[in-house]
Amino acid sequence: MPNQTNPNYVISADRLTKHYGNFAAVDGISFDVPAGESFGLLGPNGAGKSTTMRMIGGVSQRTSGKLTIMGLDPEQHGPEVRAHLGVVPQQDNLDEELRVRDNLLVYGRYFGLPMSYLKPKADELLEFAQLTDKAKAKVDSLSGGMKRRLTIARSLINEPKILLLDEPTTGLDPQARHILWDRLFRLKESGVTLILTTHYMDEAEQLCDRLVVVDKGQIMAEGSPATLIREHSTREVLELRFGSERNTTVAADLAGIGERLESLPDRVLIYTHDGESALEQVTARGLHPITSLVRRSSLEDVFLRLTGRSLVD
Amino acid sequence: MSNILTEEDYRVQVKDRPFSALYARNAKAVIARGLMATKSSNWLIMVSGFFEPVLYLISMGVGLGALVGTVVGPGGEEISYAAYIAPALLAVSAMNGAVYDSTWNVFFKMNFAKLYQGMLYTSLGPLDVAIGEIFLALLRGALYATGFTAVMGLMGLITTPWALLMVPASVLIAFGFASFGMGITSYMKTFQQMDWINFVMLPMFLFSATFYPLSVYPQGIQWFIQALPLWHGVELLRQLSVGIFTPATAVHITYYLVMILVGMVLTTARLRKLFLK
Repeated sequence: MPNQTNPNYVISADRLTKHYGNFAAVDGISFDVPAGESFGLLGPNGAGKSTTMRMIGGVSQRTSGKLTIMGLDPEQHGPEVRAHLGVVPQQDNLDEELRVRDNLLVYGRYFGLPMSYLKPKADELLEFAQLTDKAKAKVDSLSGGMKRRLTIARSLINEPKILLLDEPTTGLDPQARHILWDRLFRLKESGVTLILTTHYMDEAEQLCDRLVVVDKGQIMAEGSPATLIREHSTREVLELRFGSERNTTVAADLAGIGERLESLPDRVLIYTHDGESALEQVTARGLHPITSLVRRSSLEDVFLRLTGRSLVD
Repeated sequence: MSNILTEEDYRVQVKDRPFSALYARNAKAVIARGLMATKSSNWLIMVSGFFEPVLYLISMGVGLGALVGTVVGPGGEEISYAAYIAPALLAVSAMNGAVYDSTWNVFFKMNFAKLYQGMLYTSLGPLDVAIGEIFLALLRGALYATGFTAVMGLMGLITTPWALLMVPASVLIAFGFASFGMGITSYMKTFQQMDWINFVMLPMFLFSATFYPLSVYPQGIQWFIQALPLWHGVELLRQLSVGIFTPATAVHITYYLVMILVGMVLTTARLRKLFLK
């Protein structure tokens, strides 16, 4: 029988590890997700987020560690676990040989759902994805954003309890992203558990109740977006651009301003509780950046602090 | 979506049954998808597959046959060269179709079209996908075999109703190759490796007593050819085409039954390697 270790968590990972040869894509990560939470995995490309998602879906076998989804081991009960899962993979894998509406119907059949349920559901989801007038179109005639929306609509065909979203808005324009975020909010309100990977900080901040920062297959930090920012960064950040030649050399002249200084190829970041006064100190030293910007700390800064690298390289 | 999920909704009961991790008893959804895809986009490719053996039959059987004249058939009787090679071409076509569907087609849908990736994120298990795809390959093989047998009939190459048994026998041959092909594909990682399959298939096609009797070879080579699957298929269909049944017929059929069994065991054992990486 399935091990019901902790029924309060819908997903429980304990020292989860995945090796490809000698390479550890996921290197002993542990986390628990309660029902209805919106949980994020934040990290750069190659951090092991997608591999973790694939193991949750039971389509990738773990090397070691424990993993339960609704109390079930996805390797032992793949079909049963996935019956309650909706998956939006990083790359759209729509069925190019089928038309738009048929993509939804056929996908629903994979879950063994009856046509009497699927037909109205497919129409409802086409409406949701704003693709009603494309119902009979071929998939390869859709734009990138439309394909993404269809992939997301498809993931909802079985009314999943857990929705896995791997970089859901990558490649979408800002308007489409906001529409999608709104839809995800509504799903969350209806009690659906969202598991989200992203390398967009704003997305993580918008959608995640709680998140883990992942790098090189390991969890670097865990908490709500606000907590992580409070713990690992200052309130404000002063961004200065001196031109690509001078950004690194000017760092020495800025020493002592703010609490911490981060010198990147394209800009210098000064972490401080008061950005405006930091800027005054900079100009007082006779330094004149080409552009300057005071902003609030974001998860990007948390990531930079934890790993020494930016999220989007 | 209107009802808010509660803790209760997240309790899932499952029954343990054999293969439950691999098989959801829903191969029919994969089959339905295949038929729908064929209808809407790739029926033209399917039609072209029918013509290949027909073109061989016309070129070699009729063209080359004019030079060859008659040859000795399986029962010792004189038959036209076209009638001699037609069953062999049907066996080759069954092999090629099944191998293509279970290797290249699976490899492409796995690694490039990402079709299986989508399927496997649903309630389907890898065994559902494998059974569905093999069934589709066999269905296609049965259609081709029926068409080819009809062409043989039109060309006057069929003299006995027993020849109709070539259709189910072709499906048997296709099943043997398809069940093995999918297992072999699980070892393949690159296109270059996939080319090895063709490297094995082409000589088997040319030298398995397809165009001339096995007796032209020295004894050692005869044994080697007789160990290969295609020779059994060629001989089986050649016997059926003229309605001759010998103990060898049973050997040919048994060869394929064993091949199917071993192939399915191999493919099932390799499903996780093939689909769940």
